[in-house]
Amino acid sequence: MATGHGTGGPAGGHAPQWGIVSELRGDEQGCTVTHTVRLFDADTPLHLRSGAVLPEVDVAYETYGTPNAARSNAVFICHALTGDAHAAGWREGEKRPGWWDTMIGPGKPVDTDLWFVVCANLLGGCRGTTGPSSTNPATGEPYGLEFPLLAMSDFVTVHRALGSHLGIDRWAVLLGGSLGGMQVLQWALDHPGDADNAIVLAGSSRLTAQNIAFSAVGRQAIMRDSGFREGRFLSEGTSPKKGLAVARMMAHITYLSEDAFSEKFGRAAQAAELTPNFGVDFAVESYLNHQGEAFQSRFDALSYLYLTRVMDYFDPFASPGAIDALAADPARFLVMSFDTDWRFSTEHSRRIVRHLEGARVPTSFREIASPWGHDSFLLSIPDYHDSISAFMERAAGEAGLR
Amino acid sequence: MSDTLRPDLELIAQLIPQDSRVLDLGCGDGELLRLLMRKGCTGTGVEIQPVELVEALRAGVNVIDLDLNSQLGEFADDSYDVVVLSRTLQNVHKPRHVLEQISRIAVHCVVSMPNFAHWSSRARLLTGRMPMSKDLPYPWYDTPNLHYTSLKDLEPLFRSLDLQIDRCIPLNARGEAHVMGNAAANLLASSAVYLLHSKRHPG
Repeated sequence: MATGHGTGGPAGGHAPQWGIVSELRGDEQGCTVTHTVRLFDADTPLHLRSGAVLPEVDVAYETYGTPNAARSNAVFICHALTGDAHAAGWREGEKRPGWWDTMIGPGKPVDTDLWFVVCANLLGGCRGTTGPSSTNPATGEPYGLEFPLLAMSDFVTVHRALGSHLGIDRWAVLLGGSLGGMQVLQWALDHPGDADNAIVLAGSSRLTAQNIAFSAVGRQAIMRDSGFREGRFLSEGTSPKKGLAVARMMAHITYLSEDAFSEKFGRAAQAAELTPNFGVDFAVESYLNHQGEAFQSRFDALSYLYLTRVMDYFDPFASPGAIDALAADPARFLVMSFDTDWRFSTEHSRRIVRHLEGARVPTSFREIASPWGHDSFLLSIPDYHDSISAFMERAAGEAGLR
Repeated sequence: MSDTLRPDLELIAQLIPQDSRVLDLGCGDGELLRLLMRKGCTGTGVEIQPVELVEALRAGVNVIDLDLNSQLGEFADDSYDVVVLSRTLQNVHKPRHVLEQISRIAVHCVVSMPNFAHWSSRARLLTGRMPMSKDLPYPWYDTPNLHYTSLKDLEPLFRSLDLQIDRCIPLNARGEAHVMGNAAANLLASSAVYLLHSKRHPG
């Protein structure tokens, strides 16, 4: 199947298309392929939580491993703010593997010798799935700020449509970190029958004022950039790339702990020795500059606005009875945090656990000691991976895979 | 810490009615909860030791990583039917505080505790040595046990917290019910299991 738009046709609510899955094993030769499918179109548009309608939605996704006959071995990976569909394996010609290659692969905690793993770029993203920089079919121009605001449940709606397209209406495991964990939580709360197990890593059920403050400054850096042009920068041939870089640099500081920065850089000079000036002199400044620059080439300023805003408003336990459906048909949860994470501290995870355990949803929780802060969930930390492996092994037993 | 077979756990399991919702504090690898799950019980373990916690996860036991000394507030009032604290009370900083928390979380609790006044400990003290036994196996300078008590001194603490003793089962060093039962338990029992209930609720 070629990578391209419109290959699958509208699939939301359609009968499972078993045949397609068997074609989708791009990783057999060690190279993964990103596929794109149009899951919503003019005949079956996407109705968002807000009431807005998107007439066309394409979704980029990758799969690893092989679905079994009973479709009982499916795992959905929800990615974080700046992730994409390329979670694992190597794409031809690239110097780095997928963003969660430490977690997913043969013999890894999410063992692709057992599990059929799906990862999709989320709605509003900029890595192959429809987002605010996609073309609005009504105008032929990029949406810009005409793109509707999104909610966490809209991501879930699109993920479920991809599941239907792939012939999977029940997932053995939903798994995600940070914003990915928030999607997992929303998914399990809204559609508890969809999943047997749910893993929420370094996530949150409600951002704090400090979290929102960091988000707000990032967005301001983008929107105050003279290249932003009220969001019409694509049509006008400009780019708020300086603002996007600053947003990324600042956010990146929150992804690492103070100790991690000290360990990586200390007060080392970028050149042989410090030469006081207002440019890049300390190694940490050079690192942040590089993070900002690299981000410009792979991320879209509008997606950054839309996706961070979804996180700000996320508060799934706020409505009364929010957990009733899950309590009646519970998935088994594993919630994990990292002790030096100050973006979503352990208290964020404890709050999720209090709600789940308090509603008698089977819940396990572990805080991992790690010096690396929020980004620990992307790293290969033995205590962390041992816990995921143990939980996945038990899940595999219950799914009849071992 | 746990042997491969824990007769005391079997005994504790027998004290817990089927279909109960159980919170096991210091659950280890989840052996007791697995035993109870076969009786239709549900529940959660609490464990802070990494190896045991991972084994509990692997065994399909819900396990939560938290510090009994300071974080039992995470559990809501009356959120369980029974709380189990097996061979752990002597390890916590403030046993009284932990028992208060337990009686808030569930009406019923099962608490087991090594007996410092066992005759062998008394004999060892008479020789001028600090007591060591199968239930108190550590040298004084390297032990997780922060508190030592006789059964005689344990029971007033329960009473002061309005925890009524429904049953006391003295155990021998192997963790089996002592053949002498409650006769001279403070002298003969290596440890004891108490079934308690909080008098804030009738019965």
